[in-house]
Amino acid sequence: MNYTFDFAPVFAAWPTLLEGIMGTLRMSSLSMVFGLGLGIIFMMMRMSGRPGLRTVAVGYIELIRNTPILVQVFFVFFGMPAIGIRLSGEQAAILAMTLNCAAYAAEIVRGGVQSIRPGQIEAGRALGMHTADIYRFIVFRPAIRAVYPALCSQFILLMLNSSLVSSVSAEELTYYAQTLDSQTFRSFEIYLTLGVIYLALSQVLSAVLSLIGRVYFSYPTK
Amino acid sequence: MDRSSMSDKTIEMIGVNKWFGPLHVLKDIDLTVARGEHIVLCGPSGSGKSTLIRCINHLEEIQKGAIFVNGTELGPQGNNADHIRRDVGMVFQQFNLFPHLTVLENCMLAQRRVRKTSVAEARDKAMRHLERVHIAEQAAKYPAQLSGGQQQRVAIARALCMDPQVMLFDEPTSALDPEMVKEVLDTMISLADDGITMICVTHEMGFARAVAHRVIFMDRGEIIESAAPEAFFSNPGHERTRAFLGQILNH
Repeated sequence: MNYTFDFAPVFAAWPTLLEGIMGTLRMSSLSMVFGLGLGIIFMMMRMSGRPGLRTVAVGYIELIRNTPILVQVFFVFFGMPAIGIRLSGEQAAILAMTLNCAAYAAEIVRGGVQSIRPGQIEAGRALGMHTADIYRFIVFRPAIRAVYPALCSQFILLMLNSSLVSSVSAEELTYYAQTLDSQTFRSFEIYLTLGVIYLALSQVLSAVLSLIGRVYFSYPTK
Repeated sequence: MDRSSMSDKTIEMIGVNKWFGPLHVLKDIDLTVARGEHIVLCGPSGSGKSTLIRCINHLEEIQKGAIFVNGTELGPQGNNADHIRRDVGMVFQQFNLFPHLTVLENCMLAQRRVRKTSVAEARDKAMRHLERVHIAEQAAKYPAQLSGGQQQRVAIARALCMDPQVMLFDEPTSALDPEMVKEVLDTMISLADDGITMICVTHEMGFARAVAHRVIFMDRGEIIESAAPEAFFSNPGHERTRAFLGQILNH
């Protein structure tokens, strides 16, 4: 082996990498927020009494969970211009990841809602509350709390999967790493560093999510 | 249909029938509850007594018959259910407090969302009712930090915050440790003394003697017997009532 390791070009490019990190965090956190919101809507459709809504939701969830995320990203970026929807790489990335995250979040949150004892909903009804208020004020928080660890894993997976959107020129971490690779040919050093950065990002995201969880779900249970 | 002008009936059930699938759980129930009346409903498990009171605020649907609360008809599909639930408070066996809200917030939520009461007003009323059940000092705690008896008293206060005209109690002391039963029964007795209409599903016969105007015995979905407590306990008219009383009083 006569390869000489040289990390200097990688470290020299730290402003580029930092920009990539910001891109990754920006796109994945927006997708998490939108994805959770949309996921809750699909979850409500999935659990509603109307067969039409249920079918749409089940169809959507199955479609997303049984196709590769890369195909979804390509479809949004390359496919949708055919029907007149032309998005930038970053817009397409956020849309595709939101749609992807929503399907998984819908199923996770549904598990949480189903874990709520019927007595909770009955108590809300007996107090004269409307269904929407019951879900918003009584069911939602304990339901999310029940599945929060699963939701966090899904969010971390989303952040890691965001490396795929480099393939539609969304300017995130992997995209910049590839650019750097084509300029310096330091592939080993670049992708090793990239892996370390993703590992660190996962750890940080995990810590932030668990902090949010501790604040939002601080109420005691038996 | 408005019947409120015709009498002081708070609740009227006429020919009420309910099935759970093939199981006929309520059979031709006729029951009239006068304003201020206290009724204790007892019977073996599976007799339909809980189901009966759960029909009054439409937690259960009925398949046949009619239910009126304060003259408003509760339709079989739950028409007017929201309206009726405002007049009817309910206390559950498992308390059903909201675990993520403090005691005070538990008592304020429905006032805010249903009655659209201001925060200050909702808080005042919640504190008044928490004082009434002697638990105001725990207002900032969460349900999981309270004993069963305390939780049930909070649940009573929460229901009272909606100014109900009728209170339904569904085995309110059955999930409690024995030493906590008394504090809840005392709270209920003091409510009764204040003249609120109540229907209570319970096997606490001491409570029945103390506050009930009428004790009703149900078995297999039917009302078997209905009498004032003295007559009910000393001279039950029906064999099944005697057998039941023999079982619950002989220990």
